Amino acid sequence: MKIAQLLTARRDASHRHWTDIAAYAYLLLGVVLMFGPVLWLVLSSFKTQAGLLEFPPSLLPMSQKEISVAGYPQPLPLFTVTMEDGTTRQLAQVRRVGIQSQMVDPDNPSQQYRVAIDKRVPVREFSLATENYTEPLARFAFPRFLANSVFVTVVATLITLLINSMAAYALSIYEFKGKNAAMLMVIGTLMIPITIILVPVYLVVTKLGLVNSLWAVILPGAATPTGVFLLRQYMLTLPRDLIEAARMDKASEWQIYWRIVMPLTLPALAVLAIFSIMWRWNEFLWPLAVLTKTEVYTLQIGLNAFQGELQTQWQYLLAMTVMTLTPVAIVFVFLQRFITTGIANTGMK
Amino acid sequence: MLRGATRIIDWPMEGLQRLIGERRMPYVFLLPNLAFFGVFVFVPISINFLYSVTGGPALFPAERPFVGAGQYAYLFDCGSFVDPSSCREDHFWRGVSNTLRFTAFQVVAMVLLSLLTAIVLNMKIRGRGFFRAVYFFPVLLSPVVVALIWKWILQRDGLLNAGITGLGGDKILFLSEPGWAMFWIIFVSVWAHMGFYTLILLAGLQAIPADIYEAAEMDATPRWRVFWRLTLPLLWPNLIVVIVLALIRAVQTFDEVFVLTGGGPGTSTLMVVQYIYETAFSNQVQNFGLAAAASVVLGIVLFALTLAQLAFSQRKSS
Repeated sequence: MKIAQLLTARRDASHRHWTDIAAYAYLLLGVVLMFGPVLWLVLSSFKTQAGLLEFPPSLLPMSQKEISVAGYPQPLPLFTVTMEDGTTRQLAQVRRVGIQSQMVDPDNPSQQYRVAIDKRVPVREFSLATENYTEPLARFAFPRFLANSVFVTVVATLITLLINSMAAYALSIYEFKGKNAAMLMVIGTLMIPITIILVPVYLVVTKLGLVNSLWAVILPGAATPTGVFLLRQYMLTLPRDLIEAARMDKASEWQIYWRIVMPLTLPALAVLAIFSIMWRWNEFLWPLAVLTKTEVYTLQIGLNAFQGELQTQWQYLLAMTVMTLTPVAIVFVFLQRFITTGIANTGMK
Repeated sequence: MLRGATRIIDWPMEGLQRLIGERRMPYVFLLPNLAFFGVFVFVPISINFLYSVTGGPALFPAERPFVGAGQYAYLFDCGSFVDPSSCREDHFWRGVSNTLRFTAFQVVAMVLLSLLTAIVLNMKIRGRGFFRAVYFFPVLLSPVVVALIWKWILQRDGLLNAGITGLGGDKILFLSEPGWAMFWIIFVSVWAHMGFYTLILLAGLQAIPADIYEAAEMDATPRWRVFWRLTLPLLWPNLIVVIVLALIRAVQTFDEVFVLTGGGPGTSTLMVVQYIYETAFSNQVQNFGLAAAASVVLGIVLFALTLAQLAFSQRKSS
C-alpha cells in the first residue's frame, strides 16, 4: 500500500505540467463567468428599489437602517454624522431642507441638530427585500402564468410519453408492412423545426379553434421524433423471450406494451420526461405566436411581457426571473447526472 | 386506483385486437404519434408552400389570391445582394446578413470554447463533476431567463459598467450600440449553450481508449503533438456533429436575441426568424405569404445542413 502511494505521488509530481495549472485557472474563470451572473441575479433580486438604483451597486442587498424615535410617528432614516468638532455620531434625520438636514439624537429626542448634507453618511445594514417576491404574487398575474406553465409542462409531458412510447413499441417489437415508411416519416420530422412552419401550424391551430388556449401550446410538439428514437433504441435491447412468453400466456398486445415493456423502459422514459419538462418549461417562440391574451400566458411569455412593461421596476422583474429559474435549478441539482448522461448518449437537447 | 384505470384501457384495446387481429395492432400503436405528425408537421409543410404562392391578408388559404412566385420575387428584389438597403424588403436582407455574421462568429467561438472546455474537463482534475456541472447548467435555463440575467448585468448602471467606471473608464451603452449589441448576443448565446456541446465532445474524448495515451506518454511525446496527432483525428467525427448542430441552431437563433435586444438598436441584431415572426404575427399588417416565403428559404438552408449532418453521422457509424 505504502509503496503504491509512493509510486503515484512521485508520478504525479514528476508529471506536473504547466497545462495543469492553466487548466485550473481556466476552470476557476469558468466558475466565475458561468455562475457569477446567476448569483448576481439572485443577490440583486433581494435589493430594494432604492438599492437597485445605486451606482456603483453594492454586492449584498443592503438598505438604510431606520429607527423609531419617540415623538415621531414614522421610523426615521439613520445616518453617521461628522460633527463640527470632528467626532462622529449616529443621528436620525427628521427632514431635509435644501443642503441642510434637520437631525435628531435617537437616544435624546429633544436634542436637535442642523447638519450639512455632505457631512452625513447613511447607516446601512444587510436586509433582504422579500417583498420583491411576495408582491408580484399578489399584484400581478404571476401565479396565473405559473399555473399555466405547470399545466402545459405536465400535460404535454404525459401525452409525449404515452404516444411516443406507443410508436416506439410498434417500431421496435413488430415487423409490419409500411414500417420503413413510418420510420422515414419520423426521421423526416426531425428536420422540420417549428421555426419554419409557424404560419401553417397557426392556421391548423386556428381551424381547430385552439388559438389562445393552452392546448395550442401542448399539442403541436407532443409527438417528438427524438423521443421516439430514444425509446425505440432502448426497447430494441429488451429480451424478446419475455414478450414471446407473455404472448404464450395469452396476454393482449396492449397488455404486453403496458404491463411488460413500459415498466422495463422506465430509465429511457425518465430521460425523455426530463427532456420534455425542460423543453416545455422553456418554450418561447411558438407560445409567443399563439398566445395573445394575458390569461393564457406561460411564465416565459409573461416574463417577456413584464420586461417590456416593468423596465423601471427591476426589483419585481428580477424576483420573478429567479422564481422562473428555481424549478429548473432544483431539477438540475437532483438529476444532473441523469441529464448529462442522457445528452451524452443521445446527442440531443 | 391506477390499477383500475389501466383495466379501463385494457378492455377496449383487447376488444380492438380481437376485432382487427394481432397483425394489425402495430398500426394502432403507431396511429396517435403519426396523427400528430400529420396534423402538426406534414399538413403545415404542404400549406406553407401554398401560403408562399398566395397573397393578401387572409389567414384561410381558400380566401387568398394566387400570386405565383410573387412573394419570392418581392423577397429577392434587390439592387445588390451585398447591400441590404438596396432591397425592397430590406428587413429580410438585414436579417440574412445579421444571421450570417452571427452564425460565423458564434459557431467558431462555440466550437473552440467547448472543445477547450471538454479537453480541460477530460484531464485528471479534482472536482471534475462539479466543474462539468458549472459549465453545463446554463443549458437548462430558459432563453428569457438567460436574456434577463445578462440584460441586468449589461444595463447602463449594471455590474459591468460599475467595473468599467471603477477602473476609470466611461459607461458604455452595450445594448444600444450596434457593434456591442452584436458582440453581446454572440457572447450570451455561447454562454448559454456551450455546455451542451462540451458534453458531446467530452463523451467523445472519454471514448478514446486510454492505452493510446499511455503509449504516447511512454514515448514522451509532447502534449501538443499528442493533441494534434491523436486526440483531434479521433475526435473528428464528434467535432463534425457539433459543428453542424451548432450551425443548425445558430441559423435559427431567435429567443435570447429577441428578449435581449429586440433586434435593435434599429435592425442591427434582427435575425431571420425574428423577421418571419414579426412579418406573420406582430406587424400591423400580417403578411403570411411573405413570412411563408421567407421560411421556405430558411427551410431549404436547414434541410441542406441536416443532410450534411446525416451524411457525416452515417460515415461516423460505418
